[in-house]
Amino acid sequence: MISKDQVHHIAKLARISLTKEEEEKFQKELSLILDYVGKLKEVKVEGVNPFFQSSCQNFNGEPQVLVREDKVNEQTSETKEKLIESAPDHEKRYLKVKPIF
Amino acid sequence: MELRQLTISQLHEGLLKKDFSAKEICQDFLRRIEKDDKKIKSFLTLTPELALSQAKEVDKKISREEKISLLAGIPLAVKDNILVKESRCTAGSKILESYIAPYDATVIEKLKLTDAVILGKTNLDEFAMGASTENSAFFPTRNPYDLERVSGGSSGGSAAAVAAGLAVVALGSDTGGSIRQPASFCGVVGLKPTYGAVSRYGLIAMASSLDQIGPLAKNVKDARIVFEAIRGKDPADSTSVEPKTSIFNFQISKLKVGVPKEYFIEGMDKEVEKIIREAIEKFKKSGAIIKEISLPHAEYAVPCYYIITPAEISANLARFDGIKYGFSQKKAKNLLDVYLETRGEGFGDEVRRRIMIGTFVLSADYYDSYYSRAQKIRTLIKKDFENAFKEVDVILTPTAPTPAFKIGEKADDPLSMYLCDIFTVSANLAGLPAISLPAGRIGNLPVGLQIIGKPFEEELILKTAEFFESISEF
Repeated sequence: MISKDQVHHIAKLARISLTKEEEEKFQKELSLILDYVGKLKEVKVEGVNPFFQSSCQNFNGEPQVLVREDKVNEQTSETKEKLIESAPDHEKRYLKVKPIF
Repeated sequence: MELRQLTISQLHEGLLKKDFSAKEICQDFLRRIEKDDKKIKSFLTLTPELALSQAKEVDKKISREEKISLLAGIPLAVKDNILVKESRCTAGSKILESYIAPYDATVIEKLKLTDAVILGKTNLDEFAMGASTENSAFFPTRNPYDLERVSGGSSGGSAAAVAAGLAVVALGSDTGGSIRQPASFCGVVGLKPTYGAVSRYGLIAMASSLDQIGPLAKNVKDARIVFEAIRGKDPADSTSVEPKTSIFNFQISKLKVGVPKEYFIEGMDKEVEKIIREAIEKFKKSGAIIKEISLPHAEYAVPCYYIITPAEISANLARFDGIKYGFSQKKAKNLLDVYLETRGEGFGDEVRRRIMIGTFVLSADYYDSYYSRAQKIRTLIKKDFENAFKEVDVILTPTAPTPAFKIGEKADDPLSMYLCDIFTVSANLAGLPAISLPAGRIGNLPVGLQIIGKPFEEELILKTAEFFESISEF
């Protein structure tokens, strides 16, 4: 069971605004879900490595190091324009944001 | 025969013999979408200009006697979390309601090279979170077999479009069953490739260690054709892997089929169980070796999934902040409020639920007891499959515990919705390929059979599925 304070705290961390009614609703639902997933406490996990990589290439379970050259993959100016145009608020090539305070 | 009943090969032959043109095929599908999709609502956005221009190119190639690929002129629907350049891409969410994709996903680039014809973007649960397509911010997609019932999710639009003959093939994405379960509910074939077989570049990320793009089709061969066109290593996706060529002779008498005893659970729909057991009998009668196997951690797969997936979701959806793209709450007074209000209003309930669960399980006090623990259990689940695959070649299970349920039936019960994934999530957790294909009906409602394979053995599960297709009438 999680408290309303915890829900409030989590929502703030996740940067999601909730109304009072939503806080209550989510408190009930999140409690149910967290209780259910808490079932995992039954399992013995001593000595088990966490699952590092989904990629099935390496069956030894050793994490693979996949790197590429630190080179910029230049996009066309058309693409760059489109990316800037996608921003909700922009001026020339700047994205505009609200002030922090 | 109507165009909608033809397979990829039949359409291809028809184009070569000039029985019809690519333009005629395209117009036929667009016409029927206009008529029938009002009831089903499988599409969010139609791209008729793109489709017709692609069809025109195919017809030009044919008239110039140029060689065309198998997929040339074939009408394709794309789940609306896969980017198609210059088309709207919503991820089923209000936060991206007006977002226009600035580039093509790698799978789309590959399909455009085959001259497949893109009809439009299909409906999905918001950000692929759900098992019914009811979580779409826009509307639910209805099951073509019963309009009062769900099409499944989250690739419900794609599954319904193929089932209703509104597309020949479709692309979906699968993180916990989102291709296979709607395929089961809508009576079509759905393949989730091995993790890494298909590039995720241009797929709006949900859970990056689990997501895969895959095909939905009316039959196994068509699914294979699309899979082969989209697979392959991609420099833009470092988790993608070059396929190994596998040449082998499929012999049913040499096939060892595993049936996990933990998957035939209490509370499972009796009629679903009957259909699956009949399918197993069919394999047995044909000479396959059936072995009961155990996947001891099966009961922990769903809780494990619902810790890991929300954790990854909370990271992947942090980018939707009203700054770079998408909906932004202009009335907000300061930066923090922009974030809070944009995300509070732009995201639906299920999305916010999962982001919050993810934030919780990753937070300092709880990381060890939830997330870290789940990651270890994920290793145990993967090991269960590795052990099972020492004794068998493929694993047979039901795809879903029930056939399609009624719209609204599970809408207020998130946990009940999560349990729809009970047979499908393990394949994602372990990164294994899995296919769902029609195995029977309960009344009018389709029921699917799932075949799970070893990593990168899509060809074996496809051949097994084709074999089953040949000995059944669905």
